Amino acid sequence: MRHQRYDLLVIGGGNAGLCAALTARQAGASVLVLECAPRHFRGGNSRHTRNFRCAHGAPTDILTEAYLEDEFFKDLLRVTANQTDEPLARMAIQRSAGCPEWMRQFGVRFQASLRGTLHLSRTNAFFLGGGKALLNSYYAAAERLGVEIEYDAEVVALDLRDGEFQSASVVINNQTQIVRAQAAVIAAGGFEANIGWLREIWGEAADNFIVRGTPYNTGTMLKLMLDAGAEPVADPHACHSIALDARSPKFDGGIVTRLDCLPLGIVVNEHAERFYDEGEDLWPKRYAIWGRLVAEQPDQIAYSIFDAKVMGRFMPSVFPVIEASTIAGLAVALELPPEKLEGTIAAFNQAVTPGTFDHTKLDDCRTLGLSPEKTHWAQRIDTPPFFAYPLRPGITFTYLGVKVDERARVVMKNGEPLKNVCAAGEIMAGNILRKGYLAGIGMTIGTVFGRIAGEEAARHAVS
Amino acid sequence: MRSLELLRQGEHVMTVCNSCRYCEQYCPVFPAMEERLTFGKADMAYLANLCHNCGECLYACQYAPPHEFGINVPKTLAEIRLQTYEDYCWPRFLGAAFRRQGLLTALSLVVSLTAIMLLARGEGTPPDFFSVVPYEVMVTLFGGVFLFVIVAMAIGVGRFRREIGIEPGGVTKALRDVLTLRHLHGSGVDCSSGEEQRSPWRRWFHHCTFYGFMLCFASTTAAAIYHHVFGLIAPYGYTSVPVVLGTIGGVGLVIGPIGLFGLRRQRDPALGGRAQDGLDESFIALLLVTSLTGLALLVLRNGALMSVLLIVHLASVLALFLTLPYGKFVHGFYRTAALLKFSSPKA
Repeated sequence: MRHQRYDLLVIGGGNAGLCAALTARQAGASVLVLECAPRHFRGGNSRHTRNFRCAHGAPTDILTEAYLEDEFFKDLLRVTANQTDEPLARMAIQRSAGCPEWMRQFGVRFQASLRGTLHLSRTNAFFLGGGKALLNSYYAAAERLGVEIEYDAEVVALDLRDGEFQSASVVINNQTQIVRAQAAVIAAGGFEANIGWLREIWGEAADNFIVRGTPYNTGTMLKLMLDAGAEPVADPHACHSIALDARSPKFDGGIVTRLDCLPLGIVVNEHAERFYDEGEDLWPKRYAIWGRLVAEQPDQIAYSIFDAKVMGRFMPSVFPVIEASTIAGLAVALELPPEKLEGTIAAFNQAVTPGTFDHTKLDDCRTLGLSPEKTHWAQRIDTPPFFAYPLRPGITFTYLGVKVDERARVVMKNGEPLKNVCAAGEIMAGNILRKGYLAGIGMTIGTVFGRIAGEEAARHAVS
Repeated sequence: MRSLELLRQGEHVMTVCNSCRYCEQYCPVFPAMEERLTFGKADMAYLANLCHNCGECLYACQYAPPHEFGINVPKTLAEIRLQTYEDYCWPRFLGAAFRRQGLLTALSLVVSLTAIMLLARGEGTPPDFFSVVPYEVMVTLFGGVFLFVIVAMAIGVGRFRREIGIEPGGVTKALRDVLTLRHLHGSGVDCSSGEEQRSPWRRWFHHCTFYGFMLCFASTTAAAIYHHVFGLIAPYGYTSVPVVLGTIGGVGLVIGPIGLFGLRRQRDPALGGRAQDGLDESFIALLLVTSLTGLALLVLRNGALMSVLLIVHLASVLALFLTLPYGKFVHGFYRTAALLKFSSPKA
C-alpha cells in the first residue's frame, strides 16, 4: 500500500493521460501517472503519431487558411457514415481550436508548414519531430510540475464501490501495490496488441496480424471497465487495419512499414489470384480497406506486384523490394506457382484498355472483362524488372470503447456516470469515431478529452 | 572494412528515415535525404557532413534503440563523418595515424617541436622575438608548414567536394548558415545535450572558438603587413592592431575551447559515442595551448620567461597547423561544402 492518497490517478501515459495529468496538476491536484511500458517505450500509440486535427478560423503560423467547425464535423460524418455522438464530437472539434496554444506552454513545438506527401497543413497541426517529441515535452513538463510517474506499472484490478473509484491494484517490479486516489482517469488505449482477444474475433487468422503500434495496448483496462458494467461503444469486432510489408516487426513498426504501391500494380494472394479492384479510388481513401482484404485471404498473405514503369512513384519502403527479370522468376522468389502468376498477369495485361496514366487522379486506365476489374491506373505489367512486396494485415487500433458523458465520466449500463472515473483517448474514442478514420483525430480526441478529464478529476478532488 | 560497415549502417538508417520523415523540419539532413532513394558512399558523405549533431532527431525517434530498428541518426552520421575526414584527406596515411592517437600525436608534436627549437634557440634578449628564433628560421619554418597545410587541405577538401558534387549558387545562404551556426538552433530552440535538455551554450562557445581563431589569424596577417609593408619589427605595442586583434581572439580561444570541452563531457554519450573523442579533444587542446601561451607571452614578453614561452607558443602553433588537415579543423570546410551543395538552387 502506498502511503499517499493521490487526488488523481492517471492510468496510461500516452497523450490523453498526460493531458489529463498536466491539467489536473495545474489545477493544484496531486497526480500519479501509471505507465505500463518501460520509459523507452512510454506513451502508447501516441509515440507513433504525427499530427493533430485542429479547427481554426484563420491562418496561423502552423495551419493554413481556415478549417471551421462545420467542415470538420462534415468530414467526421463522412468517414464514420454518420456514426458519431454529435454533442461529444462537436465538443472535441470546438475545443481543438485552443489546443495548440495550450500545448505550447509545455514546450510542445509544431512544424511551420508541411512538406512531403501528405497535404494536410490546412487541417492538421504537425508536431515538430512527431508524437514521441510531443510526449518528451509533456513528460518533462509533468516532472517539472511535480506529477509523479511510474513506468513498468500495470494496473490489474480496480476497486469500484457504489459508482465510485476507491483504489487500483498495480504490479510494479512483480509486486502488487494498492494505489488510492480521489479520482481516476483511464487513458489506457484499446486492445489491438492483445492477440488472444483478436483471435476471439478473427480466429487463427489473428496470429498472422502485425500490430503497428505499441505492444502494451492489451486492453486490460478496457476489459476491467466493461466487466465492471461500463456501457460499451462501437462495434466490438471492428478495427482499423491496413496492408503492410509482411517483413515488418510483430509490434511497434509504426509508420515506416506501410506500402503505397498497391494501386500502381496488382495484388494477388498465395494462389497468384487477384481478389479486389486495386484501382477503386484514390489511395488515401482505400488505404484502410486493405488490412481486412488481406486478412480474408488464405494464410493472410498477399503480394503487390508491379513493373519498372511505376517504380519510384510511391513513398519508399523500408524493406528491400523483391525483384526479378521475368514474371516466372518473381513467382519463384515469392514462392508462388509460376504458371499461375504468368496466367493471372497475361489475363490482366490482355484486359487493359488504352488510357492516359496519371497516378495523381482517377485516370482512365482500366481493364475490361476481368473479374475483379481494375478500374483506374491499370497498365500492362510488361516492363522488366518486375517487382513485388509481400503484404500482411497490420492493425492500427480497435474501435471498442466505453461510453462517456460531456464531462468525460464513464457511463455505466444503467445510464448513470461513475462519480469519479473519467476516460480519455483511444479507450473512449469510439464515442466519436465508430468507423473509418480521419487523420489526426485520435490526437484531437485524446487532447481535448484528456483536458476535460483532468479538469473534472481536479474539480472532484478539490470538492 | 569498417568503412563498409559504417556505410551499410548509414544506408539502413537513412532508409528507415526516408520512409518515416517525421524529422523533416529539424534540419537540412532530412530534406536532402528525401531527394534520394538510394544511399551510396557519396550520398552518405554529404548527409553526414550536413548533420550538425544537434541531437533533436534521436530523442524524437520512435525507432531509436532499444527499438529493433536501432535508429540513431546523430551517432551514425557522426561515425561516418569521422570516416570522411580520414577517407578524403591527403596524404591518407597521416589521417589514419592521427585518428588513432589524436591527442597523443598532437601533444607529442608540441613537445618535440619545443625541444627542437629549444636546442636551436639563440641568445634571447626580451622582448626581441627574433633573438630567440631568427627571423629567417621563423619564416622558413612557418612558411613551409603553412604551404604544406594549404596544399594538403586543398587536396583533401577538393576530393570531398568532387565526391559530393556541388552545383553553383546559394553561396550567400550557405555562408550565412555557416557563420551563424543556424543548424545548431535550426528549429528555433538550441541543440540538445540530452532529452529535453537544450541550451545555447554549445553555439556560443563555438562562436568564441571560431571567431577567436579568425581574429588570431587576422592578427598574424596584420603583423605580417606591419613587418613587410611598414617595416615595423615585432613585438608591437599593446594598442597596435596585431596585439588588439590577437588579444581579443586569444581570449575567445581560451573561453571557447574550455567551454566546448566542458559541454562535451556533459553531453549524452548516445549522441556521438566516444569514437570522436581523440579528434575533438586534440583539436581543443591544441587551440587552448596556443591561446594560453600566446596570451602569456603577451603579458610576460619583457620577462625572463619570454624565450621559453615564445618557443612553446611557436611549437603549439606549428603543431596546430600541422594537424589541421587531419583533425577536427576540417569539419568547417566539409560542412561548408555540404551546406553549399544543400543551398544550391540546382541541388
